[in-house]
Amino acid sequence: MANIISDETIEYVGILAKLELSEQEKEQAKKDMGRMLDYIDKLGELDTEGVEPMSHVFPVENVLREDTVTNTDVREELLANAPGEKDGMFMAPRTFE
Amino acid sequence: MGKQYETVIGLEVHVELATKTKIFCGCSTAFGGAPNTHTCPVCTGMPGTLPVLNKQVLEYAVSVGLAANCEITRYSKFDRKNYFYPDNPQNYQISQLYLPICQNGYVEIETEDGVKRIGIHEIHMEEDAGKLIHDEWEDCTLVDYNRSGVPLIEIVSEPDMRNAQEVIAYLEKLRLLIQYLGASDCKLQEGSMRADVNLSVREAGTERLGTRTEMKNLNSFRAITRAIEGERERQIELLESGEEVVQETRRWDDTKGCSYAMRSKEDAQDYRYFPDPDLPPVRIEEAWLEKLRAALPEFRTEKIERYRREYDIPDYDIEILTGSKRLADLFEETVSLCREPKKVSNWLMGETMRLLKEKGMEPEELAFSPAHLAALIEMTDKKEINGTVAKEVFEVMFETDTDPRRYVEEKGLKTVNDTAALQKILEKVIADNPQSVEDYRNGKQKALGFLVGQTMKAMQGKADPALVNQMLREML
Amino acid sequence: MKIMEMTALELGKAVREKEIAAKEALEAVFRVIEKKEERLNCYVTLDREGAFERARKLQERLSQGMEAGPLAGVPVAVKDNLCTKGMRTTCSSRMLENFVPCYTAEAVRRLEEAGALIVGKTNMDEFAMGSTTETSAFGATRNPWQEEHVPGGSSGGSAAAVAAGARFLGSDTGGSIRQPASFCGVVGMKPTYGTVSRYGLIAYGSSLDQIGPLGRNVADCAALLELISTWDKKDSTSIDRKDTDFTSALTEGIRGMRIGLPKDYFTEGLAPQVKRSVLAAAELLKERGAEIEEFDLRLVEYAIPAYYTIASAEASSNLERFDGVKYGLRAEDANGLHDMYKKTRSRGFGEEVKRRIMLGSFVLSSGYYDAYYLKALKVKALIKRAFDEAFAKYDVILGPVAPTSAPRLGESLCDPLKMYLGDIYTISANLAGLPGISVPCGLDEEGLPIGMQLLGNCFEEKKLIRTAYAYEKARGAFAVCGEVG
Repeated sequence: MANIISDETIEYVGILAKLELSEQEKEQAKKDMGRMLDYIDKLGELDTEGVEPMSHVFPVENVLREDTVTNTDVREELLANAPGEKDGMFMAPRTFE
Repeated sequence: MGKQYETVIGLEVHVELATKTKIFCGCSTAFGGAPNTHTCPVCTGMPGTLPVLNKQVLEYAVSVGLAANCEITRYSKFDRKNYFYPDNPQNYQISQLYLPICQNGYVEIETEDGVKRIGIHEIHMEEDAGKLIHDEWEDCTLVDYNRSGVPLIEIVSEPDMRNAQEVIAYLEKLRLLIQYLGASDCKLQEGSMRADVNLSVREAGTERLGTRTEMKNLNSFRAITRAIEGERERQIELLESGEEVVQETRRWDDTKGCSYAMRSKEDAQDYRYFPDPDLPPVRIEEAWLEKLRAALPEFRTEKIERYRREYDIPDYDIEILTGSKRLADLFEETVSLCREPKKVSNWLMGETMRLLKEKGMEPEELAFSPAHLAALIEMTDKKEINGTVAKEVFEVMFETDTDPRRYVEEKGLKTVNDTAALQKILEKVIADNPQSVEDYRNGKQKALGFLVGQTMKAMQGKADPALVNQMLREML
Repeated sequence: MKIMEMTALELGKAVREKEIAAKEALEAVFRVIEKKEERLNCYVTLDREGAFERARKLQERLSQGMEAGPLAGVPVAVKDNLCTKGMRTTCSSRMLENFVPCYTAEAVRRLEEAGALIVGKTNMDEFAMGSTTETSAFGATRNPWQEEHVPGGSSGGSAAAVAAGARFLGSDTGGSIRQPASFCGVVGMKPTYGTVSRYGLIAYGSSLDQIGPLGRNVADCAALLELISTWDKKDSTSIDRKDTDFTSALTEGIRGMRIGLPKDYFTEGLAPQVKRSVLAAAELLKERGAEIEEFDLRLVEYAIPAYYTIASAEASSNLERFDGVKYGLRAEDANGLHDMYKKTRSRGFGEEVKRRIMLGSFVLSSGYYDAYYLKALKVKALIKRAFDEAFAKYDVILGPVAPTSAPRLGESLCDPLKMYLGDIYTISANLAGLPGISVPCGLDEEGLPIGMQLLGNCFEEKKLIRTAYAYEKARGAFAVCGEVG
C-alpha cells in the first residue's frame, strides 16, 4: 500500500469531520482510506496540465432572484424537529466560556 | 536606546448589505423580529434545501468594488467554508475564496501625515451567521437564525496601515463610500460594520513582515484604537523578551482592555474550501457593469465641488455636511423644498449637531424629514414662531419627526402678532415695574432687556421679541 | 385490463374517467405490499391512512366534475431521501429516524399535482451511499427475484417495490437508479443533470445527484419524467428546457440511429452472461435498423476514482448539517458542544457513510485539495470531453449497467472497494451530467435479471427513450417475477 495513513491523520480527520471512532474503527479507517487513496492515485497517471477543473458540468451562469420578501414566519414548523427548544430558539450545548 | 518597532496593520471589514432579503432565500433582513421568525428551511439549514443568489447582493458588492477602484472579477464563484458551530446552520458558510467578486483596489485616506493609498486585496460576498444567546437557567446556548443568511461583503485590505489613526481614517473612508452607495448603514455599534484587525510588528527599517495575529470583537473606533495599542505592546514585549508571536485569533475585551487567544483543540482552522456545487458561477458582462457604473452616485469629492459652486455656505459646513450621507441628503432635500441653503445648513450644523452629541447618536440615525425642517424654517421666516419656540419645536421633531405646523398649532405656540393685545400686556408690565422704567429713562439700556423678558414671560414666549422691543421703546 | 397491468397514464385516465376509483387503485397496490413487504423490506415508511385520505379527496373532486392531472389516483412511492411534508423522511439513517420535513421536494410536489397518491417512502442505502441497499439503518431490502440477493442500490427499495408488482413508480435519485433497475428487472432512468429540481432532495453529491423515474416499462418512465421535469427557481442548477415532452418520443422508429458500443465496457471484468445479453440486445436493435459500431470511449477506468473523490468530498460537506442541533438525532450524554457533535454523528451515521465522510474530509483538507479534489475535477473535465467526442459520432451509447447480476446479500459490504468497482459503467454519466436508461435484457442462469444501459448526450433523453422503447417492443414482454396482484 503506497498510502500509509497515520494515527495523527485519522485523529485530525476525525476532528474535521466531527466523528469519534473506536480504536477498532480507527484501524479499519486507516486501512480503508489507504486503499481508496491508492486507488485514487490512479488519477495521477493522467496529464491534466492546462485542464480547467470542472466544478459545474454545464455553463449555467447568473442564476439570480429578485430582492423581494417571499417568506412568512414558519418558526413553529422549523422548530418542530429540534431536539431541544426554548423561547422559540434551538437549544445547543453551551458555547460560552 | 531600545529598538524601534513599526506596526503593520491590515483589516478585514465585514459589512451587512442593506438588502430587503437574505443572500440566498426570501426571508426578511429586518431587525428586531422575535427569534427565528425571519427564517425558512433554507437559512436554518434544513436538509434538501438549496440557495439562490439575491441579485441586489451582487449589485451592491460590485458597486462597492467600483467605488473602491477594484477590478471586477468577470467569472466569479462561491465556495463553501466548512466549520462546525451552532450559529452556522449548515456547518459551512457560503463565501468566496478562489474567485472573489472584486480584487486589487484601493482607497485614499487623509491623515495629519497627508494623503495615503490603502490597497484593497479583495472584496467577497458571503452569508452572516445566526445569533447565540447564553441561557443561564439551562446553562446552554440558544440559537436564533434571524441573522443567518443576511448578506455580507468582506473587504480585505492589504497590510498598508501603520497606526490606529490610519485605520480609523480607512474605516471612515469605507463607511462613507458605502453609505453614499446606499449599500449599508455601516453602524459599528450595531454590527452592520465589523472590523477584524490583523496586526504584526517588525523592527523599523526591515522589509520582512512579522507574525500576525487577528483580533476580533471590535465594535467601536475607540475599541479599535485601544486594541491596536494593546496588541502592539503585547507583541513588542514578547519579542523583547525573546519569545515568539503565535499566529492566532484573539478576542478583544474592551472593558478589561486586553485580548485573549480564542484557541481550542477542536478548532483545526482547516476550512476545506471548495466550489459550492449548488451555486452556478457568476459572469459579469461589460454592458451590465456599464449600467452599474453609470448608476454610481456622486461621491464626496464631487459633492464638495458642487456644494462650493451651488451653495453660498462656508467650506467648514461643506466638510461636515458631506461627511455623512444622511446629513448631505437631508441638506439637499430640505434646500430643494425651501431654497434657503444658509439657514438649512445652520440648523444642521447647530441644533442638529448639538442634539446628536448630547444623545450620543450618529448622523445616520437622524430621523426627521426634510419637509418638516423646511416647514420649520418657513415658519421662522414668516415670524409665525420666534427663535426660542423654533428650537423647542425642533427638539421634538428631532425625537419623533413630528410635523412642526401641527405641533405649534396644538400647543398654541404661534407668535402673537396682535398689537392691541400686546399693547395691553406692555401697559401692565410698565405699570408693574416702575423702577425699571425709571432706570431705562435714566439711560440704563439693560433695564429694557428686563422689561422685554417680563413681557415674553407674560406672553408665555409666544411674542416676537423684536416687535416687543420696538413697541416698548415707543411707549417709553 | 387489470389495474396492476396498466401503465401509469392508462390508470390515470381510467381514474379520471371514473372507470376505476382511486381507492381501488390503492387497494390493489396495498394488497401486493401486504403480501410481500414483510419479506422484501422495500419501504421505510408506509402511509396507508394518508394515501386513502388523499384518494378520498381526489374522488370527491372528480365527482364534483373538477379537473385532475394525468396521474390521477396512480399510487406512487418515493425514495426516502426526497422530503415529504408531514411524512417522515429518513434517508434510511438513524440520524433522521424521526425527521418530519415541513416542505415537499419539488419533484414530489409535481407528482402530487399530477394527481399521484404517495403511498410511502422506499428503502435505500443510507444517504444513498452504497450499491446494494444493505447500508440502510432499517435493514436490507431483498431482491424479489431471488430473495437471498440484493436489489442493488442505492435505490434498491424503489426498484424492488416496482419489481415486486407494487406498481407503479418510484421517483428516484442519483447514479443509483439504473443499477438497481437492472438488478430487479425494471426500467430506470437518470435524466440530464438539471432536468429535475433537486429542491427537497437530501443531498449526497450535489454536482452528481439527479432525480429520475423507475418503472415497469419505458412508457411509465417517460411519462413520469415528463411530469417531474421542471425549471425550478428554488434550484439554481435547474435548467430551463423546452423539450421535456418525453412521451412524444415513445415511437418505434430507430432506422439509422447510430449506436456506439464502447469496447472498454466489454473487457474481462464483465460477466460472460451479461456480455452475451447486452450484445444480443445490440443485435436486436441492429435488426430494427440501427447502425451499431464498436469504438474506444477512453478514460473508463478513471471514472471511479474521480467519482468517489468528488462524491465523498461533497458528501462530507453536505452531511455536516446533521449535528444534533436543529433536527434529527442528538446524543444526550455528551460533555460540551464538540463532544455532542462527535457522539451524535458517530452514532447517527452508519459505517459506509462515515467511511465516505472521512475520505471526503481528507481530500479537501489543507495540503491535499489540489492533489485529490482539484485533480478529480480536471479528470471529470476530460471524461466529459471524451463523451463529447463520442456523441459527435453516435446518437446513443449502448453497454451493460453493471458487471454482474445482483450479488448475494452480505457479499459486497466486506470489501467496499470491490463494491465501488461495480459502479464502473454507470457513474461516468453522473460525472458528465448525461442521461442514461437501464432496460431489462435478459436473465442469467440463476434467474436474475440483466440490464442494458443506453447513454445519451446532454438533453437528448428523447433518443434514449426512442431506442429503449423500440428495444422493449422488439424484445417482447419481459418475465415478471412472482404473481401480479
